[in-house]
Amino acid sequence: MTAQAQTLTAKDFKSDIKPVWCPGCGDFSVLSAVTKALAELQLRPEKVAVVSGIGCSSRIPAYTNVYGFHGVHGRALATATGLKLARPDMTVVVTGGDGDGFSIGGNHFLHACRRNVDMTYIVMDNEVYGMTKGQASPTTDPDWCNSKLTPEGPGVTKLRPLNLALAAGANFVGRGFSGDPNEVARLIAEGIQHPGFSFIQVLSPCVTFRSEQRGWKDIVRKDTLKPRHTMAEAMQVLAEDDGFNTGILFAGDRPPFQPGQKAVTELAAIERRFAS
Amino acid sequence: MATHSVSIAFAGSGGAGVMTAGQILLDAAAKAGYYGLMTRSSGPQIRGGEAAAMVRIGTKPIAAVDDKFDVLIAFDWGNVHRFAAEIPLLPDSLILTDPSQGEIHAALLAYRTRVADLQMAALAKAIPGGRVNMVGLGAIAALIGLPIDTVVEVVSDQLKKKGPEALQASAAAIRAGAEATAGIESPAQLAPALPSSVEHWNISGNEAAGLGAVRGGVRFCAAYPITPATEVLEWLAPNLADLGGVLVQAEDELASINMCLGASFGGVPSITATSGPGLALMIEAIGLGIASETPVVVVDVMRGGPSTGIPTKSEQSDLNIAIYGMHGDAPHLVLAPNAIDDCVFTTQWAVHLAEALQCPAIVLSDQGMGQSRAVVDRPADLAFIARRVTAEANTQGYRRYALTGTGVSPMAVPGTPGCMYTADGLEHNERGTPSSQAADHQKQMDKRADKLADYDYGNHWADIEGDGEVAVITWGSITGAVREALDRMAERGLKAKLISVRLLTPVQPEKMAAALAGVKKALVIEQTHSAQFYHFLRAFYRLPAEVEVFHRPGPLPVRPGEIESKLAAWM
Repeated sequence: MTAQAQTLTAKDFKSDIKPVWCPGCGDFSVLSAVTKALAELQLRPEKVAVVSGIGCSSRIPAYTNVYGFHGVHGRALATATGLKLARPDMTVVVTGGDGDGFSIGGNHFLHACRRNVDMTYIVMDNEVYGMTKGQASPTTDPDWCNSKLTPEGPGVTKLRPLNLALAAGANFVGRGFSGDPNEVARLIAEGIQHPGFSFIQVLSPCVTFRSEQRGWKDIVRKDTLKPRHTMAEAMQVLAEDDGFNTGILFAGDRPPFQPGQKAVTELAAIERRFAS
Repeated sequence: MATHSVSIAFAGSGGAGVMTAGQILLDAAAKAGYYGLMTRSSGPQIRGGEAAAMVRIGTKPIAAVDDKFDVLIAFDWGNVHRFAAEIPLLPDSLILTDPSQGEIHAALLAYRTRVADLQMAALAKAIPGGRVNMVGLGAIAALIGLPIDTVVEVVSDQLKKKGPEALQASAAAIRAGAEATAGIESPAQLAPALPSSVEHWNISGNEAAGLGAVRGGVRFCAAYPITPATEVLEWLAPNLADLGGVLVQAEDELASINMCLGASFGGVPSITATSGPGLALMIEAIGLGIASETPVVVVDVMRGGPSTGIPTKSEQSDLNIAIYGMHGDAPHLVLAPNAIDDCVFTTQWAVHLAEALQCPAIVLSDQGMGQSRAVVDRPADLAFIARRVTAEANTQGYRRYALTGTGVSPMAVPGTPGCMYTADGLEHNERGTPSSQAADHQKQMDKRADKLADYDYGNHWADIEGDGEVAVITWGSITGAVREALDRMAERGLKAKLISVRLLTPVQPEKMAAALAGVKKALVIEQTHSAQFYHFLRAFYRLPAEVEVFHRPGPLPVRPGEIESKLAAWM
């Protein structure tokens, strides 16, 4: 058996760097789920890249043993898009949080969904900015009053990420819960295999600033979302969704965006057009 | 009397064919062996506003607009007077007017220029399918001594697709225009073109920047449209695709620069082009490129600022943001082409340096170069091709940010087995692991600064011409006007040295000291309101005791005569 053919386990995709997360953080499970999914698919570590922005969950790349890019706040999807378009042979996974993805990076989220580049976006949603010590995010309830920044509550309607992804044209949409890492791993593996842009929201409790989220484990309904193949059907499901159903909501068939990379001419021929 | 260069302004309302006439004149001049430069101006309307095509043709390469125009020809007078400040005329210049198309505005009559009538509308009408702009083009060609057959030949080439009738109509209109000038005294006849062994190119500064990029090995571009940089991106779109590269239109400049970083992280040399407002949005990510040591090139085609400023007019006022814009201590490359054809070289060199030094490079072009078109000698081929130091597969204990003697560390291209790492904008140790340790910060800061400081940039850092105890220090597109002013001074026996700085950062104090050896006084020339270049020079270079600065903002181009009179008073 050659080294190339050896079976890889989740451990092979983990680095030796200790995460900065608080004990009990949901992101530990998501990290495990990512590595488990990569192992399940038996991808070569050097052919995978994990790209992120800024925030607690955006620290994931350094904790994996694949190529990683920990960029600036909110721009992970753009960075990943450039990587995938330039290197279609790479498997590209993007990780981040709700603030990074839906607030500062909101515009890129919309356009990543509609551009439909073949990559997988995992958002660890804890409805709070953790790294800056507990401020409201776009997915925070309007009446959450535990932030010094918005002591009366943010007072703003919370964003529904799955509705947004679907409306904007994402080709694969799912939701998981960090309390069930096996289901999250399955969603990630399916998302990676599904052509085009895959979006997976993972409910990932922040035990430090949103300790009430420990109760999510009692509310979440496992695997209640079944893949729909038309937007209308999926929208119908979302109309009744309270945000705690998990599974695959939508699996579409739009072809991924990948401009061709076949050279058809020489530079000299292009230069000749300037001759007067 | 035959002259070495003539300047013609075509003007009229949108749709009158002003730009077409200018371009055909430039093409015909090129075909006849002349050099040329065409700048353009238009009103703020998206379509249909007043327009002016300003063409200068000569026997030698032309790098600047002249002080005055020899002829202003207006197809109609609509709002043409709005260009009065941009089209300086002398009493012995000539205004060609069609009295049926309105009266000449007082703002233009103030030049007290000779006026001649030309019944362009009537002449065009007499020819089935005849167009006013072709009549005007023929008249101009005849007046400046450009062979009418050459003009007709160029038009024939361009109208091939439109069929023989359109061709015939245009040829007839051109000849009618030429014949109608009988009796009008020419203000300036071109001297015969000089024979040349070098191929001539017809190229705009924005096209030249795109060409420099692909010559340098760029194969990825993320694009967001912005005036006056869009043509760089529009030129790259089909050509990158033909060369096997990729261009993607981004949702904004925040995305375009980060897409470029992602592609470059993937091992593909990348570029984007923008203007001031876009550069401002890109600054944070350029800092990421610096910290993560990811090469990328950003071409900033400068326009009047601040804020939305004057999108269609040139200025050199992005110097400060390009050099100082990043937060933190962020050493990076800033380069500036100083002529339309130099946009090829400088952009190619920027790609080469960015790749070799694993560092972002900002190329400061401007609207004056970018959107102008010139007939130039074919830019020479150069050996600057993107070469990145990459890591070998399965390098034992691979450290992405290893401290090497040069400060440049082998960069593992994703796909390389056994060298997986995470590129990071967080301060990190040699391995790339985030670190807030003082020692790591110091070492990595030193590394990022030293790799730029210790590199040998050769003699491309500046163009240095002439000799003398007096020097003019300048940069960017304004160099063309400075050069012409210095030539005129030399004809009067006044010698001065020209130093046009191409590599703005990292600064080159030793080379500047050598260039300034024996220089007693220096004049700094730039197109900014706040003398940004002058303050930059004062901060980083030892200048002669006597230094003065001539600076003013856009939107009007700095003309050689302006510099000449400043120099004459000062020398």
